[in-house]
Amino acid sequence: MAPDGRLAVKFWGTRGSIPVAMTSTEVRRKLIASLVRASGRTLDTPEKATVFLERELDFAVSHTFGGDSSCVEIVTGGKDYVLCDLGTGARVFGNDVLATRGASGHTFHVFMSHLHWDHIMGFPFFMPVYAPGNHIRIYGCHAGLETAFRGQHAAPFFPVDFARLSATIEFVRLEPGRDYEIAGLRVRPKLQRHGGDSYGYRFHMRDRVVVYSTDAEHKQDDLTEIQGFVEFFRDADLVIFDSQYSLAEATSVKEDWGHSSNVVGLELCQMARARRLCLYHHEPVSNDERIAALLAETQRLEEITRGDRRVEILAAYDGMELTL
Amino acid sequence: MDLTPKRYADTIVLSPVGRLDHATSEGFKVALAPYMARCARDLDRVILDFVGVEYISSIGLRVLMLAAKQAKTQGGSIGVAALQPVVKEIFDISRFTMVLDVFASVREGLARLSPPALAAFDGA
Repeated sequence: MAPDGRLAVKFWGTRGSIPVAMTSTEVRRKLIASLVRASGRTLDTPEKATVFLERELDFAVSHTFGGDSSCVEIVTGGKDYVLCDLGTGARVFGNDVLATRGASGHTFHVFMSHLHWDHIMGFPFFMPVYAPGNHIRIYGCHAGLETAFRGQHAAPFFPVDFARLSATIEFVRLEPGRDYEIAGLRVRPKLQRHGGDSYGYRFHMRDRVVVYSTDAEHKQDDLTEIQGFVEFFRDADLVIFDSQYSLAEATSVKEDWGHSSNVVGLELCQMARARRLCLYHHEPVSNDERIAALLAETQRLEEITRGDRRVEILAAYDGMELTL
Repeated sequence: MDLTPKRYADTIVLSPVGRLDHATSEGFKVALAPYMARCARDLDRVILDFVGVEYISSIGLRVLMLAAKQAKTQGGSIGVAALQPVVKEIFDISRFTMVLDVFASVREGLARLSPPALAAFDGA
């Protein structure tokens, strides 16, 4: 939580479907673009170079959106940690906890959208599971919640069986549509349209609301479903939204593949009077320039379709922190 | 929704007006249906004249996608013409320009879809 006590969110993994890494070609392209832009300048100290990077280069040149798969931390300010999903971003998160807070004595509450591989594959590399004294509670609405995690650790998929993990690990079934009080948050799961089902989560703490809604397809002509999501997103301070496909893809060649678009995300946020839309679960084929363009286009769409209230548009990147 | 149909040889030009959003798209879909039923090989081609459309949401775009799929299945042709600047931007951002035939004008659409219809249009 931010120093003034407000709810915060940190993104540890933002890529959809499969983790990706930048290639040497992409790194070289960024370096070449940076050096060309820096020509004629005197950047002879780290401080000058940092100012140049932050102020004069586009985000897609000076940074990367990253390639770890889904993992988002809800920072409540309490002692316990709260996460959404255990994609490969959880590996980075776990290492950060170990490095900054020590190896043991922690409690983690993890809310699972669903059990597809990209959302659980960080768990075997989430180092706190190997330390006695840690407590991990994994919440979800799927009947196969525990089976999926145990299966991922079984031969031939992984060398360390689940039974050998040192942390205390619990699995907690939740029911969609019910409110729960967990780790200082009021949490409500919602069923979403996705292969094998997925669940979104609406987190409420004091006067702030964060919605985590990934791996969800929306049929625009199912007005009952649309209205249900408008209520789920209602007045949210932040909606983290699966925008993996373009609207054209999601309604044609990739229909029923279980993902949504920036256009539908914006419309739902506008109808729900949400304050911020965060594009999330980025298409693995998209490079940094493509995701930056998607952000710019969505900001433009918001501008030309705005009613009486602005929706701030963001694109999640690995390491991004937001204070609400 | 009144689509004020105009026939030019084998092509029907339909002209929706206003906003195509959650409030109006079902009416648009219903009004479009009889024309799409005849949008088939050796029957009619359809051009949607969007000069009077000021806004289209995802549900309106979905109606267009379903119409395009139906036309393709039936061996027919459908296109959208004369987009207003805001609607053109929405088409671009949603990538619908990559999956639908979009023409700068009705005349250009007729020229692409049906020379006899273009001749009828120019002679009208």
